[in-house]
Amino acid sequence: MATVASPAFSIDEFLLQEREKDLLRFSTAGSVDDGKSTLIGRLLYDTQSVYEDQVRSIEGKGTTAPGQIDFALLTDGLRAEREQGITIDVAYRYFSTAKRKFIIADTPGHEQYTRNMATGASTADAAIVLIDASKGVLIQSRRHAYIASLLRVRHVIVAVNKMDLIGYDERAFQAIEADFSAVLNQISADTGTPVERIFVPVSALAGDNIVHRSKKMPWYGGPSLLEILESLPSSQDTRKAGFRFPVQRVLRPNQTFRGFAGQVASGTVRPGDAITVLPSNRSAKVQRIVAWDGDLEEAIAPLSVTLVLDRELDISRGDLIVATQAQAAVARSVKAALVWMDQRPLDLSRRYLLKHTSQTVPVLLTSIDYRTDLTKLTREPAQTFEMNDIGAASLNVLRPIAVDLYGENRSTGAFILIDPETNATVAAGMVTATSVDVTAGEEGETGAWGAVTAGEREARWGHRGGVLELTGPVESIRAIERSLFAVGAVSSRIDANEDVFLLHPNLLDVVTGIQVRSGLLALVIHANQSDTLIARAEGEQVELDIDNSMHAISAVHQLLHRAGIFISSEKAGL
Amino acid sequence: MPVAEGELLSSSSRKVGSVVAGRQQRLSHLRLLEAESIHILREVASEFERPVMLYSIGKDSSVMLRLAQKAFYPAPIPFPLLHIDTGFKFAEMLQFRDEMARSIGAELLVWRNEPAIAAGTNPIVLDTKRCCGLLKTQALLDALRHYNFDAAFGGARRDEEKSRAKERIYSFRDTAGQWDPKNQRPELWNLYNARIHPGESIRVFPLSNWTEMDVWQYIHEEKIPVVDLYFAKERPMYVRPIGSGQDVLMPIEQDFVARPGERPQMVKCRLRSLGCSPCTGAIRSDATTIPDIIAELISFRSSERANRVIDHDQEGSMEIKKREGYF
Repeated sequence: MATVASPAFSIDEFLLQEREKDLLRFSTAGSVDDGKSTLIGRLLYDTQSVYEDQVRSIEGKGTTAPGQIDFALLTDGLRAEREQGITIDVAYRYFSTAKRKFIIADTPGHEQYTRNMATGASTADAAIVLIDASKGVLIQSRRHAYIASLLRVRHVIVAVNKMDLIGYDERAFQAIEADFSAVLNQISADTGTPVERIFVPVSALAGDNIVHRSKKMPWYGGPSLLEILESLPSSQDTRKAGFRFPVQRVLRPNQTFRGFAGQVASGTVRPGDAITVLPSNRSAKVQRIVAWDGDLEEAIAPLSVTLVLDRELDISRGDLIVATQAQAAVARSVKAALVWMDQRPLDLSRRYLLKHTSQTVPVLLTSIDYRTDLTKLTREPAQTFEMNDIGAASLNVLRPIAVDLYGENRSTGAFILIDPETNATVAAGMVTATSVDVTAGEEGETGAWGAVTAGEREARWGHRGGVLELTGPVESIRAIERSLFAVGAVSSRIDANEDVFLLHPNLLDVVTGIQVRSGLLALVIHANQSDTLIARAEGEQVELDIDNSMHAISAVHQLLHRAGIFISSEKAGL
Repeated sequence: MPVAEGELLSSSSRKVGSVVAGRQQRLSHLRLLEAESIHILREVASEFERPVMLYSIGKDSSVMLRLAQKAFYPAPIPFPLLHIDTGFKFAEMLQFRDEMARSIGAELLVWRNEPAIAAGTNPIVLDTKRCCGLLKTQALLDALRHYNFDAAFGGARRDEEKSRAKERIYSFRDTAGQWDPKNQRPELWNLYNARIHPGESIRVFPLSNWTEMDVWQYIHEEKIPVVDLYFAKERPMYVRPIGSGQDVLMPIEQDFVARPGERPQMVKCRLRSLGCSPCTGAIRSDATTIPDIIAELISFRSSERANRVIDHDQEGSMEIKKREGYF
């Protein structure tokens, strides 16, 4: 809305100019009274990005002096917030200037909203960290800067707000700058990510140095906040990074066309490029880059395209296509920084689901390496992670995944954890180290059990240990048992209704526990007269129509694949 | 003088160099938004059993539909389109809908809350809130349940309304189709949590990050067909003064809209957003092309939904409707 129609205005010129604009995403964080909502409201208002009816709807409301607009009301969306006077979630705002389009991820600043801050930072190119000049550096400014650095937001703009309250005092500003620079250095050392910082003294309420340079701080002489935002390089440019392309979907409209649809996560691809498919490690050349408007000569991140290869390879959703000369790691265990986001604390004895690019894999958290105390910026040992905790842990994925370090690739190094019972997103993860081998010392599922390791059993049998519970008519269960045998699964069969298990309910767990550690596929059978078959593995359940037995069998094999028991789709007989 | 000034200058000069060197390669905001939306469409189509696309015939739906064509090309769109027909849509909209579905070979489902329509539900007999509740929200929930859809795409944008600004791209709905703004899943990077329990569903908003301006610019660049009602021409309207020299233009599609003694006048006007004819006012306009519309948009000082009666029934009314299951 910045360019207002004037006599000389030409729509064709405007459209040409618009076409050139790029997009910068930035996050903000702040609490009730440090003026964040006012700052954003002011940014929107002064760039003419709010409409008159929106301004009218808030005039005369709010907490500012009569006749003054309470800019905070422009951005506080939800009723609950209006009632409590706080911002409780991430809100997205949009505005544009003659130079650029912007997306703001506007997040609350209190400790209980750490997860919202991480959410906002995850897609941001820049972060505005607010400091109240009348109060100095508070914990929430440190927290926000820490999260921005952890999530690798490239630029941190430190807006020292409420300069009007301290008489626009240069010395006070410099003191804050010195203080917070030291904090930022400490943060960089902890997260391993350099923080590119810019300090700017502002008053959101009075509009000083927000859009226009302020005359009240001649000692500053630098650009306004908006000028800074307009001139930052956007970090979308990953053209020179290794090519990464997670396969979202296989497109097969007819017998002759077979394309792999996905979004370029990093790098560039051209027809003729040598690519490798991970984790299966097979190679081919790119034949075509297909798009609706015609084939492309090259595709750069983050374009969504469809690749056609020069030969038939077994590729499915979740596979990662990479440049053959710049491969990603195929890992069975990773170390990662985690932000815990769920009310229920981390339970090391449970399995979670790890969603990474376009795949979801069961995962065990084998140990907590440390928790970070954001007040002191120190690392401390921890037994668990609770809501809003930040720390690091080791994880074993139950199927190998192709990953990069988050420090090198923000797209293929990131994951979320999901609780398979509640389906909640419980954590955000950033890979800091990878290993082909499972973490040492991890007894139980994937570690050594006796003289033969889990990896050796797996290599021989083509699957790992796990429990498959089948509830339904006995004929269907038999058909599934036969089909598992046919693909070479080494299974055992336990009837859960046998007296001994009914008498000692815990015994079933003990027996299947031993079988799983021995690498067997333990079938636990509940026979009944129902006309459906329920199959359950790793917390996931499918309900199947027994009249369509081919479909039921195939669905159970897919379930075992998704659950990480069958490692490849080939072994699963799919 | 802040230390950062030097850094800022040096980094911005580097940027200028790279922009000049690779001007044709830098992706515009529309290409970035398009790539993000296609990624979302493909994720949902791959992770849900029965997705559907809500097709409302308006400009946002038209963009969303084009993005779906692009996302799965050369394969067909792998889900049906669903139109919730309140019975009060403009005749031109319904004609456009049928032609569009036919020309792109998409499967089109139409759902109407027939019992409520037969009972004479309209926004004047009832109020707009209850009318919307029956003909839109109830009809939508019934249709989703009837067809067992577990994911429904909608063309809503976050810049439309304040409560929409906090909507996730995957908006989780409980078994009753309701939205709980306090209990939303965090959404990080482009990793969407698609797991739901039986009976639950999600609404998906692939255009979340688009603005009204982006939508029109995309329609212009991609030459996407839109309903003729968006373009100005002489149309019969009821002209109702609302004081201080202003008035509203009410379409004459439905007889019950007319007040006693009211006669339609020909006015050169167009619709800025398409809804039900009794609740959508037209605006005076000379915009007959997409660039005209964009030029008009730049000069507008009033937000897009201001002519939609439904949003200002009560403070936060969109949020209340969404909690109840409205899109």
